[in-house]
Amino acid sequence: MRDSVIATLSGIIFGAGLALSGMMDPQRVRGFLDIFGVWDPTLAFVMGGAIFVMALAWLVQRTLDKPLAAPSFSLPDTSRIDAKLIIGAAIFGIGWGIAGLCPGPGIAALAINPTGALVFGISLLAGMGLHSALSSRARKA
Amino acid sequence: MTIDAFPGAMPLEGLIGGLMIGLSAAIFLLGSGRIVGVSGMAARAFLLAKSGTPLSAAILFVLSLPLGAFLLQLLHGPIESSFVQSTALLIAGGLLVGIGARVGSGCTSGHGVCGTSRLSPRSLVATATFIATGVATVAAMNAVG
Repeated sequence: MRDSVIATLSGIIFGAGLALSGMMDPQRVRGFLDIFGVWDPTLAFVMGGAIFVMALAWLVQRTLDKPLAAPSFSLPDTSRIDAKLIIGAAIFGIGWGIAGLCPGPGIAALAINPTGALVFGISLLAGMGLHSALSSRARKA
Repeated sequence: MTIDAFPGAMPLEGLIGGLMIGLSAAIFLLGSGRIVGVSGMAARAFLLAKSGTPLSAAILFVLSLPLGAFLLQLLHGPIESSFVQSTALLIAGGLLVGIGARVGSGCTSGHGVCGTSRLSPRSLVATATFIATGVATVAAMNAVG
């Protein structure tokens, strides 16, 4: 129950933050990536603000034995740098540059630009589904 | 507020929106003990990932993203969201973002915000990589026209 409240509250604040900061406008995101053209630094302010708050949250996290509403922390590995990580991130960046959208703004934009967001969202899920199908086949082989 | 050198930028809205995104991730981390990875939660919500955030939490988070955007628009006024004109490019972008986020175990939220703020070497490398290929992609597309 508390888990559901946290997920809902967190999702609403995240979606509102994306909307306010202009990150649901692919032109603005592509403007940030366009360092050789008319550069738009807005995304750097967004990342800076988000990273600042999260850096404080990680300091608090270190003092806690367990989260406030769950039995334990489940955090991803931080150290292993392998080909999969770099290839995946490289592919991700190419798609991000083409569409000017990453998963968060793409999904949140369903409320603002439903037609475009639906096309992007279905493609996003198709890409994820393709990866899931290929990796389960690779595991069987 | 504007910056003289970059009249199109929205530094204040960007910073406040960024602080909100950080707050959202902080609530999730300190409350549920997990990082906010939108790609991971989207995959989980659509049954494309076997492990990760509990299913109900992932579904609620994903549904709440557009709800938050809707509420902000209600309070703040129209939100600019002009997508690339070409549907083919939108589809190509979505496919590559989807595959890449799963292969690389994260996206702008998981690696870019939650991982870099933790100084995770994995996330720092992933973030530098996707910004680099994003910059190269936009430059290449502009060069082609």
